[in-house]
Amino acid sequence: MTPRSDKGRKLLDWMVKAISVCAALLGLFFLGWILFVVIDRGIAAINWQFFTKLPMPPGMEGGGVANAILGTMIMTALATLLGVPAGLLAGVYLAEFGKHSRLGAWVRFTVNVLMGIPSIILGLFVYSILVYPFGTFSGWAGGVALSILMFPVVARTTEDMLSMVPNALREAALAIGNPRWMATLSIIFRAAKSGLITGVLLSVARVSGETAPLLFTALNSSYMMKSLNEPLANLTVTIYQYAMSPYDDWNQIAWGASLLIMTAVLLLNLAARFAVREKKI
Amino acid sequence: MTAALDEKMPRRFTDEETGEEGAKIEAFLHHFQEEDEEDTVSSAKISARNLNFYYGDQQALFDNNLDIAEGRITAIIGPSGCGKSTHLRIYNRIFQLYGNQRAEGEVLLDGKNLLDSGTNLIELRRRIGMIFQKPTPFPLSVFENVAYGLRLHFKMPKSELNGRVESALKKAALFDEVKDKLDKPGVALSGGQQQRLCIARTIALEPEILLMDEPTSAIDPVATRKVEELAEELKGNFTIVIVTHSMQQAARISDFTAFFYKGKIIEYGLTKEMFTNPKQKQTEDYITGRFG
Ligand SMILES: Nc1ncnc2c1ncn2[C@@H]1O[C@H](COP(=O)(O)OP(=O)(O)O)[C@@H](O)[C@H]1O
Ligand SMILES: [Mg+2]
Repeated sequence: MTPRSDKGRKLLDWMVKAISVCAALLGLFFLGWILFVVIDRGIAAINWQFFTKLPMPPGMEGGGVANAILGTMIMTALATLLGVPAGLLAGVYLAEFGKHSRLGAWVRFTVNVLMGIPSIILGLFVYSILVYPFGTFSGWAGGVALSILMFPVVARTTEDMLSMVPNALREAALAIGNPRWMATLSIIFRAAKSGLITGVLLSVARVSGETAPLLFTALNSSYMMKSLNEPLANLTVTIYQYAMSPYDDWNQIAWGASLLIMTAVLLLNLAARFAVREKKI
Repeated sequence: MTAALDEKMPRRFTDEETGEEGAKIEAFLHHFQEEDEEDTVSSAKISARNLNFYYGDQQALFDNNLDIAEGRITAIIGPSGCGKSTHLRIYNRIFQLYGNQRAEGEVLLDGKNLLDSGTNLIELRRRIGMIFQKPTPFPLSVFENVAYGLRLHFKMPKSELNGRVESALKKAALFDEVKDKLDKPGVALSGGQQQRLCIARTIALEPEILLMDEPTSAIDPVATRKVEELAEELKGNFTIVIVTHSMQQAARISDFTAFFYKGKIIEYGLTKEMFTNPKQKQTEDYITGRFG
């Protein structure tokens, strides 16, 4: 038995480190690249009219996507309203009540499957239950499709975040005479607060950029919203349609809308980071 | 006593010995009931009877019989892993947080079996407070940590709430240190302060019994001394059961001591007697530092 050469070991160590750093930098590189392209192409479209005006036919000056911005915000809000409470409660069930139960195991499995379902299939599903029977594309259908997308993400992060709270705190909360639900809501939730907020923000960021579930549900519209019972303008389908069009000015608006969504998603991610950093009370 | 004793130890515990447990307890009960010879139950605040405990299929406690004297401090000692915490955690049924843990037998609280399925756990846990090994402040402010339980169990005007929080913090010998940081998060306090905060939040509810599971093992000596003094001050009003790793601690503050070994209660009696004149060989070996 001879000792291994220290030199070889050190070289290997250095190489592994170098390769992993390169791989990590790759992520940074692509994010930077995407940002660069989107900003480069999109910035020209961003002006006051972009935010305040309705779309114009190709070739006409001065169109905007005010209706699509509003529509996306409304459908995201609707999805949040439906998906977040349901997801939070499901996560609570998984982490606190059904952790070791058979039903819990099934729910967990279901949530995982739901998370893996391609969003276009969710869109088709909602089409079949909320669009086809009512005979019209609608904002409601869009919101519901997004909320179904959101539900498993929130449920999973909630379960993970609650599971990270040590049992010692759970015991302490119960030992003072709390009913279980009260201990969960007032103590465990608070301990997991920043993680839960992060999860919700990230899920909002995730669905706000979805296109496929909206194609068959909200579709799109070139008018200002009058009600949620009709096709609803939104940014992502607008990007899809405008980017595919042969008109330069529409292409330009698609880039602008992309930049807008990118910025919103970036801000949501930063907010999520901020929530984590915020001192735990 | 020989050096080889350690190895033999497990084999020395026969069924007959555990069978004697009951008699020993009777004899002992007699001891502290001189004033009230008629009523043997009244001065035992908690009585464990034929208590067995299981973690899944694995049995951790075997036929525990123990009487906790009202208004006194009872210490539970024994080597690590002998079931001290397991035993204590039955009294407030906190073990029920975990689906696979199960207790069999009886634990009589003022004569009523608290293991009955009809027991109101919320009321039970208000009457029996628990202090854990590691301080577990709630993610709330210092003030709210104490006010939390008060709000949970009682309705009272804000002024009374303030008064009770302050008085609990004073009883826990913490008020002077935190009176300027009542709005600061409880987790920002030092370990010893956190533990006293947990004590304050528990005694604020005026429980009848205080269960302490190695309350000083995670804090510094000065804070330890404070907690011990606190326990001594509180006794009389409270019945205290304290699990401790430290024989000195048991000797310093407890009136009665129970010695656990491998899930069984080997010896139980007046602390003074047990430390000066242990009846069982295992007890003697443990308190003289031969094992554990
Ligand atoms: N959650 C658990 N699951 C399974 N076994 C456990 C668990 N907690 C404790 N035990 C076992 O039960 C026995 C008693 O443990 P414990 O009551 O914690 O001992 P002590 O407090 O005296 O150190 C030990 O053998 C330990 O391994
Ligand atoms: Mg223990």
